[in-house]
Amino acid sequence: MSGEQLIDIVLLTLLASTAIAIARLRNLLATAMLTGIFSLLGACWMLFLDAPDVAFTEAAVGAGMSTILILATLCVVNAEEKPSRESPIALVAVLLTGGVLVYGTLDMPSYGDPDAPATTSPITRIYLDSANAPSEQEEGHAAGSNPGDGFVVGIPNTVTTVLASFRGYDTMGETAVIFTAGLGVLMVLAGARHRRPDPSMEIEPEPVDEGPGK
Amino acid sequence: MTDVLGLFNYWIVIVLMMTGFYIVIARHNLIKKLIGLSVFQVSVFLLYITIGVIEGGTAPIVAEGYAVYSNPLPSVLILTAIVVGVATIAVGLALVVRIQEEYGTIEEDEIQAQDHKA
Amino acid sequence: MKNHVILRFVTKLLIPHILLYAFYVQWHGDFGPGGGFQAGVIFAAAIVLYGLIFGLQAAERAIRPGLVQSGVALGLLLYIGVGIASMLLGGEFLDYDALGHDGQHHGILLVETGVFITVASVMITVFYSFAELIRRQ
Repeated sequence: MSGEQLIDIVLLTLLASTAIAIARLRNLLATAMLTGIFSLLGACWMLFLDAPDVAFTEAAVGAGMSTILILATLCVVNAEEKPSRESPIALVAVLLTGGVLVYGTLDMPSYGDPDAPATTSPITRIYLDSANAPSEQEEGHAAGSNPGDGFVVGIPNTVTTVLASFRGYDTMGETAVIFTAGLGVLMVLAGARHRRPDPSMEIEPEPVDEGPGK
Repeated sequence: MTDVLGLFNYWIVIVLMMTGFYIVIARHNLIKKLIGLSVFQVSVFLLYITIGVIEGGTAPIVAEGYAVYSNPLPSVLILTAIVVGVATIAVGLALVVRIQEEYGTIEEDEIQAQDHKA
Repeated sequence: MKNHVILRFVTKLLIPHILLYAFYVQWHGDFGPGGGFQAGVIFAAAIVLYGLIFGLQAAERAIRPGLVQSGVALGLLLYIGVGIASMLLGGEFLDYDALGHDGQHHGILLVETGVFITVASVMITVFYSFAELIRRQ
């Protein structure tokens, strides 16, 4: 078994065991920490799958910001998960969905297949060729106006090119989504005064010891 | 046999996805549900990135000496999805704080019981 | 947290490097992995670290809440401004070729700056909102 396959199997095993631990634990603080570890392992695996931009973002966002937000909420809310019965309906629904998804993957191309439709599509060639520097004769008029030129931008990082130039409209929409989320959090939490949870629900404190004679 | 090994990655990702899905629908605590949603999101990202991998390829940053590059398009889609995911979690957690203030609890069944009584 | 000497010392050493790294990732997003999103989150992480170790008041003195709240909108405004500028210069909305010679490169840099400002501001604003609640308890 080659080194790559070994790393693959180890990472996947760690991911699966972390996910199952998150499902089983009741202590919310431990679950928050495990979520951060899960995101970091996911980022490691994304790096292993040749996607450094995504690994970068997932590590910073998942293992960084998301964990901080969950911890801050736990600090404010201060609760522990109450034990709940295992629900058979949920289990059946999950197994059914899982079965249907596995049946769907039987049609998918094999992992790393160079003949996969996503790879042989002509648009992938256009995206990768956009990293070529514009040739000298294109000075003075817009790149790509010659037929057969493809569309050259000259930036080595094709992911940034696709994100900001080919699909700039989608990125604008997504920036608007982040903006709206910021507004939403500001508006929801502006009126929060946060008093302690209802005192009648608290356990009565033990009476103080009666006296030295007891 | 290579077929099964080739699909093995997808199946593990589906197991992760179903674990996250189970946490969302079966647990009553609101914060636990949001954590399950986060697990589900990460596994969806892993599924997409697995689609773009090419054997013997490298990251889609054009450089001297490399001929085969992985597909850049799944990376772009998932970059957007990751940040939108954290935005969703942030708004969800803010709502949990307000729910705790109003109802005094963050267990879903107790909240529904209070709603039914009202 | 203020009484833990090691934490304070190491944080003071680390935060400038984290901020510098955020700017490196932002401006070199063309030549290596990186770009607006990653840089924004790393910048926000540095500010969050400062707030955790030195207290929310110190962080809010350094990066004022009013400033970040306007930053939330300014980034998106910059992005749409680039689109409208290309419309005014004769092209279509977000057509970087209309921005002149080497327009694609300039357009991508400006747009990524807009994304950086919005993402960093939103992350810092969300952290401030949650931390205010903890402080008020």
